[in-house]
Amino acid sequence: MTPPAAAPLARAAEPILEVRGLAKHYPAGTSFLGRTRDWVRAVDGVDLEIRAGETLGLVGESGSGKTTLGRCILRLLEPTAGSVRFLGQDLLALAPGDMRRARRDLQVIFQDPYSSLNPRMRVGEIVGEPILIHRLAKNRAEREERVARLLETVGLDPSVMTKYPHEFSGGQRQRIGIARALSVQPKLIIADEPVSALDVSVQAQVINLLMDLQARFGIAYLFISHDLRVVEHVADRVAVMYLGKIVEEADSGDLYRSPQHPYTRALLSAIPTHDPVSGRKRIVLPGEVPSAVNPPPGCAFHPRCPEAFDRCPQTVPRLLETAPGQRAACLLAEAGSGVKP
Amino acid sequence: MAPVSPSPLLRVRGLRTVFRAGGRDVPAVDGTTFDIRKGEVLGLVGESGCGKTLTAYSLMRLLTPPGRIAAGEVWFEGRDLLRLSEEEMRRVRGDRMAIVFQEPMTSLNPVLTVGFQVAESLMVHRGKRRKEAIQEAIEMMRLVSMPEPERRAREYPHQLSGGMRQRALLAMALICRPALLIADEPTTALDVTIQAQILELLRDLRRKFELSVLLISHDLGVVAEIADRVAVMYAGRIVEMSETRALFRDPLHPYTRALLRSIPPPRGSGPRQKLPAIEGMVPDMAMLPSGCRFHPRCSDRFLHCAEQVPADVEITAGRRVACFLHHNRVETVEA
Repeated sequence: MTPPAAAPLARAAEPILEVRGLAKHYPAGTSFLGRTRDWVRAVDGVDLEIRAGETLGLVGESGSGKTTLGRCILRLLEPTAGSVRFLGQDLLALAPGDMRRARRDLQVIFQDPYSSLNPRMRVGEIVGEPILIHRLAKNRAEREERVARLLETVGLDPSVMTKYPHEFSGGQRQRIGIARALSVQPKLIIADEPVSALDVSVQAQVINLLMDLQARFGIAYLFISHDLRVVEHVADRVAVMYLGKIVEEADSGDLYRSPQHPYTRALLSAIPTHDPVSGRKRIVLPGEVPSAVNPPPGCAFHPRCPEAFDRCPQTVPRLLETAPGQRAACLLAEAGSGVKP
Repeated sequence: MAPVSPSPLLRVRGLRTVFRAGGRDVPAVDGTTFDIRKGEVLGLVGESGCGKTLTAYSLMRLLTPPGRIAAGEVWFEGRDLLRLSEEEMRRVRGDRMAIVFQEPMTSLNPVLTVGFQVAESLMVHRGKRRKEAIQEAIEMMRLVSMPEPERRAREYPHQLSGGMRQRALLAMALICRPALLIADEPTTALDVTIQAQILELLRDLRRKFELSVLLISHDLGVVAEIADRVAVMYAGRIVEMSETRALFRDPLHPYTRALLRSIPPPRGSGPRQKLPAIEGMVPDMAMLPSGCRFHPRCSDRFLHCAEQVPADVEITAGRRVACFLHHNRVETVEA
């Protein structure tokens, strides 16, 4: 695989992906007459941007909507509202054929390396399929040659082309999935929990591979994960989701050093540390993530928030800049700093 | 920390569990030896396939063919569990020794109420009547901080969240006040904020009940949070065992060191470093490497390592390691 011309390593000014007001609501239960009574607000008005060659980490607990958001961007799910601009095109307005062409630049890696590879296809066919669909090779020989180079790129021997997915370990399957995503030289890869199913030693290998590919080919990642340690390592910027909304977004260093939102603080303090003498104070949040069917009024986090006060159940906090490059949706952060809307 | 009495509650000696495959016995647990003292939490860590879950199944005698225990002793409250009849073992299981599994949904029966399932052991082991048992179950659910225990007791597993199901399983395991709780990845399926709640609860329960716990996890962070001692398992064997602080401060076995290094460290604002990953992968138990099983992936290996099996040796009080870097003793007795 040849690297795209002048892979930009530094952050380019123009975002390649711009998501505005994205929402995905599902009907949940109908009334006697079949009218929809409740809606699950899985994603509820999300804005985000990704620049060429950068990694945006998207963190949150199950039910936060992070996977749904990724799938809406890919149009594997049709969003209810909002816009997704990718490389200057509005993806949501594209006809299916045009969307297929757009997917050449927008690829995905899934969490489960067991169910995301077709068990009846050989590795060569799996990795070569996008090349075939997008007609990127003149003939079979050229396609096979590209597949061989791709397998080498992800650290597999080209001879594995004739094998089936079940003959590989979890880490190797994830490499096959990465080779498939790389085959069309995408600008952006949405990686949904790409290392969560892997053992820690193999996880490190796959993370190194993803970072190495980014440095070589200038690929941007939307890196969706519940693992805050992994996200700190890979991401340039991090967005934290809670009940369908982004509650904080910042450069990775700033977010981990001085989290502004009480939810982010609790999440960070809950990471188990293998340094038993660190003496760090843990914030144990009460209760669980509430249902997205009828989220709590005001700030949806307020029933679990250790710092909630009387205005929190009444006012929905906006995502505002609290420090340069750092945005948080919290009334306390709003009050505590010179807020610029 | 609870005072720890010297005589161990559980003594496992040379436990060997095998699976019959292709006409021969493939080991899963291969000569494992460890103790758990009263009131102690022992963490058992390792990657998938290293034999940590099968160690738990073997202790509880829950193996099904083609798996079987081929050798060893499991001394618990004065008896070798491996010599008990199935009937006697049933009386130990769920009463003196209980287990909590990783996947809370599949270990609950979907068609029985949560209260009944928590109460069941009391009816079986203590001969209590249903009404009285369910009353006690509700109290136990309250002890494990189940929200609205009376209401939850009447509900079915699907009506509970993942965190609540894990609390129900803990209540189920603890209802007969066992001396030993085996917790197999008890927080792995949970979100990090719920995981923090369950770890807090385990710490609390262990104090309240003077409980001994075998905590099995792939997450070194989780083990560091709660265990008094840690055993590191690789390819069916314990390669290092130590008091928790000493293990994390000064890991001895190259595998333990490599595992700790492959966890992404806090990065701060510095440049991103390449993670020191362990090369290769966990060996296939049917095709184990010669000598030390870790040698093909070990960055410190020397000639010796491929030829001879390092013995599991206590090198200082309470610290055992099976590695030629720390001693030159060779394992003589093959289990």
